[in-house]
Amino acid sequence: MAKVVIPAGLSQQFTGGKSEFEINAKTVRAVIRCLDKDFPGIGKAIEIDMAVAVDGEIYHDPLLESVAPDSEVYFLPRIGGG
Amino acid sequence: MKNETQEFKWVGKRPIRPDGVDKVTGRAKFGADMHLPGMLIGRVLRSPHAHARIRSIDTTKAASLPGVKAVVTGSDFPPPPPPVWQAAGEVPVNFRDLARNVMARDKALYDGHAVAAVAATSAAIAEEAIDLIEVDYEVLPHVIDVKAAMKPDAPLLHDDLFTDGVSPKPDKPSNIAKRMEFAVGDIEAGFSKADVVIEREFTTKPVHQGYIEPHACVVDSSEDGRLFIHCSSQGQFMVRQFCARVLDVEISKVTVVPAEIGGGFGGKTTVYLEPTAGLLSRITGRPVKMVMSRTEVFRASGPTSGGATKIKIGATKDGTITAAQATLAYQAGAFPGSPIGPGCMCAFAPYNIQNVNVVGHDVVVNRPKVAAYRAPGAPISEFGVECVIDEIAEKLSIDPIALREKNAARQGTKAYYGPTFGPIGFVETLEAAKQHPHYSAPLGENQGRGVASGFWFNIGGDSSASVHINEDGTATVIEGNPDIGGSRASLAQMAAEVLGIDYDKIRITVADTSSVGYNFLTGGSRVTFASGKAVIEAANGAISELCARAAKLWEIDADAVEWVDGEARPAGDNAGDFEPMPLSTIAGASGKTGGPISGHASLNVKGAGPGFGTHICDVEVDQETGRVSVIRYTAVQDVGRAIHPGYVEGQLQGGVAQGVGWALNEEYIYDKDGRLDNPGFLDYRVPVASDLPMIDTVLVEVPNPNHPYGVRGVGEVPIIPPMAAVANAISDALGVRLKDLPMSPPKVLASLSNGGSRTPS
Amino acid sequence: MPRQHVTTEVNGEPQDFLCEPQETLLDVLRDELHLTGTKEGCSSGDCGACSIMVDGRLVCACLMFGVEAQGKTIETIEGMAEGDKLHPLQTKFLEEAALQCGFCTPGFLVAAKALLERNSDPTETEVRYWLAGNLCRCTGYDKIVRAVMDVAAETRET
Repeated sequence: MAKVVIPAGLSQQFTGGKSEFEINAKTVRAVIRCLDKDFPGIGKAIEIDMAVAVDGEIYHDPLLESVAPDSEVYFLPRIGGG
Repeated sequence: MKNETQEFKWVGKRPIRPDGVDKVTGRAKFGADMHLPGMLIGRVLRSPHAHARIRSIDTTKAASLPGVKAVVTGSDFPPPPPPVWQAAGEVPVNFRDLARNVMARDKALYDGHAVAAVAATSAAIAEEAIDLIEVDYEVLPHVIDVKAAMKPDAPLLHDDLFTDGVSPKPDKPSNIAKRMEFAVGDIEAGFSKADVVIEREFTTKPVHQGYIEPHACVVDSSEDGRLFIHCSSQGQFMVRQFCARVLDVEISKVTVVPAEIGGGFGGKTTVYLEPTAGLLSRITGRPVKMVMSRTEVFRASGPTSGGATKIKIGATKDGTITAAQATLAYQAGAFPGSPIGPGCMCAFAPYNIQNVNVVGHDVVVNRPKVAAYRAPGAPISEFGVECVIDEIAEKLSIDPIALREKNAARQGTKAYYGPTFGPIGFVETLEAAKQHPHYSAPLGENQGRGVASGFWFNIGGDSSASVHINEDGTATVIEGNPDIGGSRASLAQMAAEVLGIDYDKIRITVADTSSVGYNFLTGGSRVTFASGKAVIEAANGAISELCARAAKLWEIDADAVEWVDGEARPAGDNAGDFEPMPLSTIAGASGKTGGPISGHASLNVKGAGPGFGTHICDVEVDQETGRVSVIRYTAVQDVGRAIHPGYVEGQLQGGVAQGVGWALNEEYIYDKDGRLDNPGFLDYRVPVASDLPMIDTVLVEVPNPNHPYGVRGVGEVPIIPPMAAVANAISDALGVRLKDLPMSPPKVLASLSNGGSRTPS
Repeated sequence: MPRQHVTTEVNGEPQDFLCEPQETLLDVLRDELHLTGTKEGCSSGDCGACSIMVDGRLVCACLMFGVEAQGKTIETIEGMAEGDKLHPLQTKFLEEAALQCGFCTPGFLVAAKALLERNSDPTETEVRYWLAGNLCRCTGYDKIVRAVMDVAAETRET
């Protein structure tokens, strides 16, 4: 089960404050689907707004990245720059 | 300078930039330098009110003025796209707000908001016509200050804006567009372990990017609906996408030719004039040129947010930080979208802290919509953090660099916003700062020294490039990122290194949107890293083909050929005994072996290496006038690897200069009616040459493992530390901690008259 | 108002043009003569991007009317190199990375040349104050000041 963490802003809006989840999924897409099933709407919010860090590596357009059983998956706001 | 290494032939050297001669002779064509036959001149009418309902606009007098060819208002644009945030390249964009910022519809939301535009045969006629447009405004109450805008009874900018990120979903509209929070550990438990806790409030003013080139474009619309846009921007693909959305045309019908860009710093990551010029061109059937005046640049193009921050940090006697808390409110301007996210994530990122809580608010006010500015969001939050850290160091009698070292993020540190850092060079920058002669040099009377650090993520993103091998053995590199600070040079250097040919044999072109694959814009310190990776991959593709062609000529297997120093060689004795074949020979015979030789790459580049910097600043304070002069400055930064050290140093020096301006001079001043009082370089004072000393740089090189040459972005970090470095230096000189930017003479004088003693905790 | 006929010398060549009385010399250079190397950054004399020489004096082209150029000798960035030979300041700016975006560069080069013509041995402070009328937002001025001083030193040696 991968450890999945969403920022407090999302958790307040969608999950009633819960920000850490244990999710059994092989890709980031599957993680998002799993979250969205339990908390409808969070998938869309993630798609528009969020990047993901899987085991420390940041991906800006997350979808197909692999997730291992012991992975840490953090969703975070996308970053642009000047 | 560390590591100006000999192991590379071109990487790490300082060749002349490919566009250099054009830029020292006046040949280079910037946004306003384009002339087309039959070109009209466009001008914009802007709201004189901070907040007003537009009851009606009468354009008949303007339209009937001889020489006027078109007059447009918001109602002439296609209906704005739906009001949702959409993924657009790397960052989400709300195209409805973008469209309404380009041209106001029902309401003008800031002094300078575009409400109408004209195209005429001369600038003088266009300006006369602008004066003839009659707008009936219903002036509404306005709000300029971020804290005032957050109050429940504040004038509302948007009656359909409900605070995002709170539960339950609010039923009343608000100027607070979004609340976000990042938390790890147990913040209260962390503070209870601390021996010293310091909590301070800070404010920063909106500051403008201050590029010397005003926004400018020429747009030519064809009868079949194509748009040809020549403009200066940080990304021709951004301009293409944004114009296509606002004018509701297909992307394939829009071609954007990137002009040279006279500075951007984030301010040219959006569009202001281009859609309007496109509409005027569509109506008139003639090319339309639009150029902002400096006043318009200040009134209507994005500064960065001003902010109000509260920072609380606790530490034990040995200097271990046990808890850190921040509450941030950033002005977004008239539409949501301040850089509050990165502000939240950067605040404490340089430090390994177990208990962190950061809450951020994105707040709309009656000011121009903010645009990105160099490390957007980070300087505002990190300013307060670096000041409080300095105060803790003082209180605990610990050297400020040592305190930072004790708590520094290192490889393996898990940042409170999620990722675990790979190899990073923060500690190395602290070490280099401590060892620098500047840090131990004696100070004179009324002088003080301050230290501050800074963090920025850096980004990668979508990048495309092509490398074409020419028949005489030279190469052409095609890339898609406007070159603001020497990136043609760094990309060409890497191409030369990979291909093994002379830098001078490579010509590099920043192509239009129809001539190269998609590239995210020049920003986020991504170009040398991400587009560099695309260029390297394209060059490697060309090399594979070159080897395959040599193999055909030698009649051996392609994998029996290797590429060394710009020539094909048999890979080992078994491959056969052939003289090395130079690139020019293979290129000259390419028609016989299968046709032209090119390499292409299109990829979404991951693995940007985070950037850290540490600055040392000496100031001298004139106690009579309150003027603060920066008299010595050293910027240390982990740059991964400097491909062209001259332009890397330049990024550090330029960032410092902007930061010093932010610290000491620059601010937007609004009058009571919400009108900008200082929309010019005389009153909005950016640092001039006589305001600054030489800016010493130390390039620390901890290579980014995710790039073939170890590149990290470098452009953003250097604007983060200066505000706190200056404030900490003033504190060292006077014993007064200033918390409100800019630290201009009146504020310094006021703090001195308040005693000039150490701030009580 | 009728357009006025103005006769000048620009970069060593006789040049006449027609202009409206209210047109600035900067507008004339850029829009009538298509000498777009001289840049417009502010139109108020604050940024120096339109620095040119008029009868040997350094001026902001945005602060002069076109008609005021009657009978005057004008030098712009386009006249700084001689044929394909760059002026030493141009070369030094390139060698020392004293430009980033390049927009302010023509103005700095014209202003720096004017300085060195009247002071062949300026101190750093003198260079900084002379160039204080030219804004650069990219470089922090460090490499510009060094380049100017290096050219001064090299010119003195030769």
